Amino acid sequence: MSTVQPVMSLEGVSKSFGSVTAVDDLSLTLEEGEFFALLGPSGCGKTTLLRVLAGFEMPDRGSVRLDGADITSLRANRRPVNLMFQSYALFPHMTVRSNVRYGLEMEKLPAPEIDRRVGEVLERTQLEEMANRKPDQLSGGQRQRVALARALVKRPRVLLLDEPLAALDKKLREEMQLELKRLQHDVGITFVVVTHDQGEALVMADRVALMKDGCIEQLGAPRDLYEHPQTRFVADFIGTTNLFEGRVAVGGVQLDGHGLLKADNEAETPVGEPAVIVVRPERITLHVKARPKTANAVKGTIADIAYHGQDLNVHVAVSGAGRHVQVRISTAQETSATYRIGQSVWCAWNPEHGRMLTR
Amino acid sequence: MGRGLLNVHLRLVYVFLYAPIAVLMVLSLNRGGMPTAWTGVSFHWYVRLVESPEIVSAALNTLIVATVSTVIATALGTLLALGVERRRTSSAMDALLFAPMIIPDIVLAIALLSFFTLLDFTLGLHSIILSHVVFNIAFVCAVVRTRLKHFDYSIIEASTDLGAGDFTTFRRITLPVIFPGVLAGALLAFTLSVDEFIIAFFTAGAGSSSTTLPMRIYSMIRFGVTPEINAMATIVMAVSFTLVFFSQRLNKGSIAGE
Repeated sequence: MSTVQPVMSLEGVSKSFGSVTAVDDLSLTLEEGEFFALLGPSGCGKTTLLRVLAGFEMPDRGSVRLDGADITSLRANRRPVNLMFQSYALFPHMTVRSNVRYGLEMEKLPAPEIDRRVGEVLERTQLEEMANRKPDQLSGGQRQRVALARALVKRPRVLLLDEPLAALDKKLREEMQLELKRLQHDVGITFVVVTHDQGEALVMADRVALMKDGCIEQLGAPRDLYEHPQTRFVADFIGTTNLFEGRVAVGGVQLDGHGLLKADNEAETPVGEPAVIVVRPERITLHVKARPKTANAVKGTIADIAYHGQDLNVHVAVSGAGRHVQVRISTAQETSATYRIGQSVWCAWNPEHGRMLTR
Repeated sequence: MGRGLLNVHLRLVYVFLYAPIAVLMVLSLNRGGMPTAWTGVSFHWYVRLVESPEIVSAALNTLIVATVSTVIATALGTLLALGVERRRTSSAMDALLFAPMIIPDIVLAIALLSFFTLLDFTLGLHSIILSHVVFNIAFVCAVVRTRLKHFDYSIIEASTDLGAGDFTTFRRITLPVIFPGVLAGALLAFTLSVDEFIIAFFTAGAGSSSTTLPMRIYSMIRFGVTPEINAMATIVMAVSFTLVFFSQRLNKGSIAGE
């Protein structure tokens, strides 16, 4: 049991819009100083959940707590929680400095303190030189930093970020992922980021909640979600994965035409039930000459080879499988250049790298 | 070749539109005052205007009506635009908002007069002001709505998120951002009110105390077009043209500024 009180918690929160349930009986706790990611496809309810945390949506049921106090009916302007908007929502008629000052002016702080804190934040976000510019004179990356500075200067208990990097180009986005993580570490504020980009969530977050249909499908560290997905949806959403569909048998899953594939039956699903084995592409090895003895293996034909520079994506057509089996091989491996389309191969993996899932 | 002809057409249309007005402006400067003979440049007729107490009081009435109706219509029309844009309205409601702009003035004038009579409302400057507010609300609302089409509503939420109450958000965020549109709407409303004759004529009531400038001009031309009228028309036109010009510039700038 953790003795640390969570910064924020949701208990049994539901929110519907007309007949659409956006968030369905969801509970969640946010720890002090963590970087939390709400991940999911569009329409999964992650943005609604963020707006409930911010105070822009009142939940139909359930409660929102901050430092133990019930703030469910507290409006957004009275919560020590700030939101960085996806569109940045900068005030177009104000300079960068006025944008950043605004939140502190609302707190009616003495002018010298406002000046000092605004100066600190502008320095931290490297915006001092642009302090007197208007938002339309800034680049996308600079606007993003202004939005961040404007929220950070308030020193919120929790900073909410709605798709903070979505509007940036790919290269800048990768830089900003690490930049945001460093910033969060330096200021020590709890960050909650909403994203549909699983790569972004894995890189930045300490914990990730993958959402589907208004519920949390799986919550855990990025490595947990990637290595130990609990449902097919998680396995499929996070990274690339191979699914082998069959039925539960003693010691593994029986696959039509390929025999028994060994796997640990963690959920103790009864024999005969439909099940799937999920294996990551980088866990599969290709064997040309003979079936490896100890490992699980299925036979197929190479259908496609995609060269990515540092690695090779080999697509293997396997009878009875809906999709091609994907195998990722490092080009540093000497055999990598020897594969040819049409070649007959065994796709093999160690049983501990495949997971049996029944949901 | 097609472009050459279109250019000629363009010039001819401008001549067609503005030749009568140009003639009127030139005649207002004719010392002799007769349209048939040019006897030299003079501002004599303009001086005569200022010296006539009837014209000065009509001009003051027009200024009062235009200013008060503009202030009221701008406040109500702006709030209306904000309300209408926030909740998706039906096209019937939209049409009803535009209607006061396109209903023939004579119809609106008769309707207003009957309505005032029905209510036993005394007529005077205040009834003209109310009547002008009726159609000006529609114009202000339409102008502000075009500005709101480019409005990013998330800045209102951002202001709330940063700790501002609703009134502070309106004063410091919403109003400054839409202000060019509001000002353009106000200028347009003022111009329309200054020029407006039919509705003022019907709702002014008896007596000369609430005569506006267009009404005064009308009563003067019953005895023929005098040079004073040319001078006054030139002034009214110059004022209207300037206001419309600035109103258009503001609205253009407001869209380009997004």
